[in-house]
This record gives sequence, C-alpha cells and structure tokens, in this order.
Amino acid sequence: MPEYQTHEHDVLVIGAGGAGLRAAIEASATGASVGLVCKSLLGKAHTVMAEGGIAAALANVDDRDNWRVHFADTMRGGQYVNNWRMAELHAKEAPDRVRELEAWGAMFDRTKDGRILQRNFGGHRYPRLAHVGDRTGLEMIRTLQDHGIHQGIDVHMECTIVRLLKDGDRVAGAFGYERERGRFKLFRAKAIVLATGGVGRAYKITSNSWEYTGDGHTLAYDAGADLMDMEFVQFHPTGMIWPPSVCGILVTEGVRGEGGILKNSEGRRFMFDDIPENYRTQTADNEDEGWRYTQGDKSARRPPELLTRDHVSRCIVREIKEGRGTPHGGVYLDISWIKSRMSNAAEHIKKKLPSMYHQFKQLADIDITREPMEVGPTTHYIMGGVRVDSDTQMSTVPGLFAAGECAAGINGANRLGGNSLSDLLVFGKRAGEHASKYAAGAKAGSIDAEEVDRAAQAAVAPFERGTSGEGPYQVQYALQELMQANVGIVRNEADMRKALDCLERFRTRTRRVGVGGHREYNPGWHAALDLHNLLTVSEAITRSAIERRESRGGHFREDYPDKDPSFGAFNLIVRKTADGGMDVSRATIPPMPQELASIIESMK
Amino acid sequence: MVNTATFHIWRGDAGGGRFAEFSTGVSDGMVVLDAVHRIQAEQANDLAVRWNCKAGKCGSCSAEINGHPRLMCMTRLNQLDLTAPVTIEPMRTFPLIRDLVTDVSWNFAAKKAIKPFKPIPADGDGTWRMAQVDAERVQEFRKCIECFLCQDVCHVLREHHMFDEFVGPRHLVYAAALEMNPIDAENRARDLETRHGIGYCNITKCCTKVCPEGITITDNAAIPLKERVVDQLYDPVARLLRVFQHR
Repeated sequence: MPEYQTHEHDVLVIGAGGAGLRAAIEASATGASVGLVCKSLLGKAHTVMAEGGIAAALANVDDRDNWRVHFADTMRGGQYVNNWRMAELHAKEAPDRVRELEAWGAMFDRTKDGRILQRNFGGHRYPRLAHVGDRTGLEMIRTLQDHGIHQGIDVHMECTIVRLLKDGDRVAGAFGYERERGRFKLFRAKAIVLATGGVGRAYKITSNSWEYTGDGHTLAYDAGADLMDMEFVQFHPTGMIWPPSVCGILVTEGVRGEGGILKNSEGRRFMFDDIPENYRTQTADNEDEGWRYTQGDKSARRPPELLTRDHVSRCIVREIKEGRGTPHGGVYLDISWIKSRMSNAAEHIKKKLPSMYHQFKQLADIDITREPMEVGPTTHYIMGGVRVDSDTQMSTVPGLFAAGECAAGINGANRLGGNSLSDLLVFGKRAGEHASKYAAGAKAGSIDAEEVDRAAQAAVAPFERGTSGEGPYQVQYALQELMQANVGIVRNEADMRKALDCLERFRTRTRRVGVGGHREYNPGWHAALDLHNLLTVSEAITRSAIERRESRGGHFREDYPDKDPSFGAFNLIVRKTADGGMDVSRATIPPMPQELASIIESMK
Repeated sequence: MVNTATFHIWRGDAGGGRFAEFSTGVSDGMVVLDAVHRIQAEQANDLAVRWNCKAGKCGSCSAEINGHPRLMCMTRLNQLDLTAPVTIEPMRTFPLIRDLVTDVSWNFAAKKAIKPFKPIPADGDGTWRMAQVDAERVQEFRKCIECFLCQDVCHVLREHHMFDEFVGPRHLVYAAALEMNPIDAENRARDLETRHGIGYCNITKCCTKVCPEGITITDNAAIPLKERVVDQLYDPVARLLRVFQHR
C-alpha cells in the first residue's frame, strides 16, 4: 500500500496564481483554515506573465467610463454568449478589487493628479487598464503573495494534484504528489477551489509555461463536473516568432495601446482593410484619428489594431496566408514609428514598455525603439472551463468551486485584454468567500482508501514501464503539433475528425509511456502524468469545436465562416458519461434582465 | 554558430554529485534553457530543472552558467564560447535538491519575518494620491522577480552562511520598497538593524551586478536603508529634532 502524508483544511485552493491567491486570502479572512497548493514555487504562476493591466471602470482617466460601459464591452467582445450575470458582477466589482490591491501595497502608475493611471486596450471603449508599465501581472501576484503570507494560509509549494476525491456527490479531498521528494499527499477538505489556469501546453505555439496542462479542467471533468465553452480558445495576435526558440512568447497588447501599428510586408497597415460591422462606429477610419486616440484625444475613436484579439489574429493569419507575411512568417508590429510624432520617442517606449524593450533586445537582437518587431498569433488563453454558478463560483459538483481561467462564463467566445486579471480578483474573491461559507456548513467527507490506492498506483505506473516505454515528451510534442495543425486558429470538420482519431491513438501511446530514474524531482515523470490532462482538454476542445458549426469569437470555422444567430442561443457543455465517454450537449442561455439588455442596446 | 555544443551539467543531490557531459544540437537564437530542455527530452528525462515563463519574468531558472549567476532563459548561446563545454550548475548558496534545482525555501521564511505593508489612512474617497515620481522609486524595487541570484552571490550568505543573521540583498530590496512607499506607515529601522542584519552588507555590489532586472540594489536600496537606520537610531541631532517636532 502506498504511503502518503495527510493534510486537513476547511478549504483547499488548487492553484496559486491571481485567482487562487485571492480565493485563499478571502477564505482565510472569513475564518476558514486554508491550504494553498502551488504547482511551482509561490509567486511564479502564470499571472506573473500578464503585462498590460487590470480592466476596471475606475474612470480615473476618462470620466465617461462606468460599469455599464465595461459590461457592454465585455459582452460585445464575447459575442454575447458570455454568462451575463458574471459579466455584470465583474464590471461592478473590478474597481473595488483594484483599490484593494493598492491597500495591500500595489504600486500602480499614476495620473497627473496622483490617482491610478489607466491605459487603452483592445475592445475597451475608454482607457480602463490599471497598470504598472508592462509588468502588471508581477505587481499583482507579488502584492497578493506578500499580503497572503501573513494570513495564516498553509502553502504547499511544488505540489501537483492528480485526482479529486468525492464522498457521494460532493467533493471530499484531493490526492497529489510533491515534486521535491516525489511523496504523495492526501488533502482532506470540505470545499475545494480550482484555480489552475489554462491549457496552452496543448498547442505547439503558446505563451503558456509547462504548468498549463488543463489540470483543473480535467480534475473537474473526471470528478463529474460540467465543462463549458471549450471550443473558445484565444490566440493572442502578437507572439514573438523569431528566433524559433522564443516562438510564442507574448508581446503585450500594450504595444498597440501605446500607438504600435501592424503592417504587412508591403508596408500596408492592413487592419484598416477589415473592420467588423459591430465595431465600425467605434473605430477610427484614418491613421491620424487612431494616433490621436492613443494619445488621449477623447474625440477620437480607437485604431483598428485595438479591435478584439480574435479578429486581429485572423487578419494576421489572412495576410500571412495570402503571401504578405514577413520573412519569418509573421507580420510587423511597429512602435518605433512614433518617433515621427514625438521627439522623445525612444525614451517614451522604454518607459512605457520596458519588458518588451528588454525581451526583444536580449532574445532577438531587436531594438524596438528603432525597428519593427515580427509577430504572429500564439495560443494564450481558454475562455472555456468549469461551468460555475455566476454568484458563488460553485461547479455542478457540490463543494467544488472554480475561478479564473479554469472557470467558464465571463468571457464568452472571446476575452478582452485586461479582463483576465480583473476576473481573477473578482471571482477569486467570490470563490474563496463561498467555498468558506460552504465549508462552514459542511462536515468533512469520508475518503475512500481504495480510490486513493488506485490513484497512487496509476501515478507510479510510468516507472514500472521504465525507459523501455515511450518517452513522455515525444507524446506531448506530437499532441501539440496535432492540436496546432488541426484545431488551431482556422478550423474545419475534416481536420478536427482526424484530430479526434489521433487523440485516441495518443491515449494508447500514453498508456505505454515510461520514465526512468526515481521519484525525486523528476520532470519526465511529471510530464508523463500531465499527459492525461492534455488529452482530456484537447478532446473537449475538439469535440466542442466540431459541434459549433459557425464562427464566433476565438472559434473560426472555414467551413462555416459566418456567425449563425441560432448558435448564439446556447453554450456547449462537456460531460463525462457513465461509461467514461465524452458527451457534448447544448445549454440554452437564459434571457437577460431588461436592465442589462437595455445597456447593451443603448451602447450598440 | 556551431551545430552541436557540449554541456557539462551538474547531476546529483544533497549527498553529492558530478558534472555529466551532454552534446546536443543548437540553432540560431537558442538560450541555455532550450539546450537543457532538449537534453531533458532526448537524453535525460529525469534531469531536474526549475522553469516557468521562459521570458525572464518569473525568476525560476536561476543557475550558474560558466560560473556566472544567470537566468537560463535569458542567456543566449551565442553569448557563450561554444568551442569549449558550457558548464551549468545549480546556485551554490542554497542546499541542492537535485541537479539544477535548489532548496530556496529559506528566502520565503526570511521575507515573512519582515513587517508587512501597513497603509496610512486613505483620502476621503478611500484611495490614495501619490506622484508618479514617488511611485517610480518604489517601482524599481518591485521589478524584482525573486530569482534569488543576488542572494546566491552575496558573500555574507554564500561564504559565511549567515542565514540566521542576514536577510540578504533580495530582502533589503523588499524592505526598501516598503520603507519608501509613500503610503506605508510602518517603521522597520530597528528590525533592519537587529533581526535583518543590514550591517552585514558591506556594499560590494555583487548583487547589483547579477540582477537580471537591473535593479540598482546597493546604491538605491541597501545604502539608503543603511542611512535611514543610522539617521533614526544613532544621529543625536536628528533625535533631538524629533523630540521637538513631536511636541
């Protein structure tokens, strides 16, 4: 029988990025004993990579902004399949969550009158993103971390959960391993919050780190919870493409917010060529107006580079496909051109975009104050995730909550830049609060020892096959190639059917994966265990994408290139069937209250 | 650039270790972490290495490359002499867990001992006003990605192992960010002198030299904090002045 350490908490939070930390802080503040599991060291989660800012209608820079405009922007960006209640709560509560960060020590850039400065971003009508240069995520995670370590939270670093345990219908605990010694850990908890982030590692070109293998999605799915909107994956328009080793690393949308423009190899500013109907009235129709917008002219409309990410990505793909790409197969993103508009341009760029300046200088030998960057789309974010109650963030499994990227709803078919960090704060807090409340009214569930044994045996199986089995990285790379090629930015049914067949074969290969060495800090072993999650989310993405026979937001079908209003009436739900199969069904979106509907109508 | 390169990578654990030699293909633009990943995928699945963002933002992949403390993800192979083997070792100041992974938990404990941020009362509208120039002074310190390379080179820690007496440059930067925050009300001067051992820092600037974020650790954080400690605890004139000011 395998050995394991046991820990007990009222609330166990799995994931220690923005959402997990915020949930843990809240649950702890409301009196629960809290355990926080981090896949990496504390403070290294992907939130640290967020660059542009936190979207919140503080109205510090433009007093026309308020929660209604933010709500309407979020719904428009999400193509109206968002959970409207979550979009409402998010828009209303984000400003308080940002101010709270300041009260915990965050140091945002300031306006001239000393308040929190806000910047322009894609799809946001007014300058709305509270930021710190282009390292807002670092500021946010460090603030939460430095506040959180004094709240009596038990932090379990470098620990990965492989299975959730249930007592009847409700969640009762979690089982996993710690990396350092490879020992197993059993967590007993009355409530569990999933805050595990995304699935970017299912794709070859991604801005996500090794951690983002769909863990929370898969843990929830295997525990019987519903997933939703899995077809909606966000391909960020601007990732680095050269040199090959940095391909996929993010180039912040802030570059465009500060006036950066996109050009093809013919020097044409191609974003003016295709402006979607529902954004036409909000978008500049000439270059001068676009520039004035980025410089704070309230009478100007935003440049087409700041259209939503799904649209900008598709325009870039079109340029490349039609032979107007750069030598390395991307397009040009140019901020250096602003020197024709301002005298201190180089200094200005370095001050506003310091990380971008260093990133290109150090990794690509490019000085962005002098020459354009080469960029192309990179897998960045998944709008889909665990289906949750809008107010409490509880999943369809009692006691199991989810927040942040691994939860679905707020973003619909496409997320606006900056809405992620605010989502983490708003719904992280709610998840922590309600998980704590749930735990207070619940008794500890019982744990099935046999199930724990089975989980432990499955976890060590790759060692039994040893190095005679297939290497874990080879299967992972093959899966990433497959998803990139067949279920990427431009999709069609035939390619996706092929992908499903391949995924089935990868399942068989995964069962043969073996690793050598021992359990102490063995990355090969960890990669082997992550494969199940990658396969599960890849299948969920593919099956949902086949089912949605239209194009909407991040989901583009070349065989159904138009938006179909009948598909705008529902979300797709993914559920595990009794025999272990994956079922995709439709859930009708409930009608919006009149108040919200009229907000959207008035801002169309 | 040559097509293959040789790497001497430290393999071992707390019980001891040795350099293992690997050769792997290299291409344009590769960084040290890419080479380590390639070796891990093709030759040594269990080679232990910590990493996350691969863009110099998370501070996980600290190591000593040809003897220099660096982030593996931000060290380009074309900056190194590839005609000779490239050595990659774990940070030597911290206990080794395995291969390139060290036990940095002491840093988390040391930080926790520093008094946290305590805001002054907010303005009437519940927020605070501050000038960008004041924010920037603190923002330099808040760029810190907690890679702990400064801790790795600090001789007080590396040579003298004074982990119980001195918090190290990273945490002087942390304390400086708090102390210079215009809306922080806490006073950490006494703690800095006693518990945090600021006196052990003798401003050799090794930390500043290795900081991948370019934070001027010694000049902008350590020295001003030292001055603050001296001003507050030892300057008789200032002490006298304060007595009168407080009347």
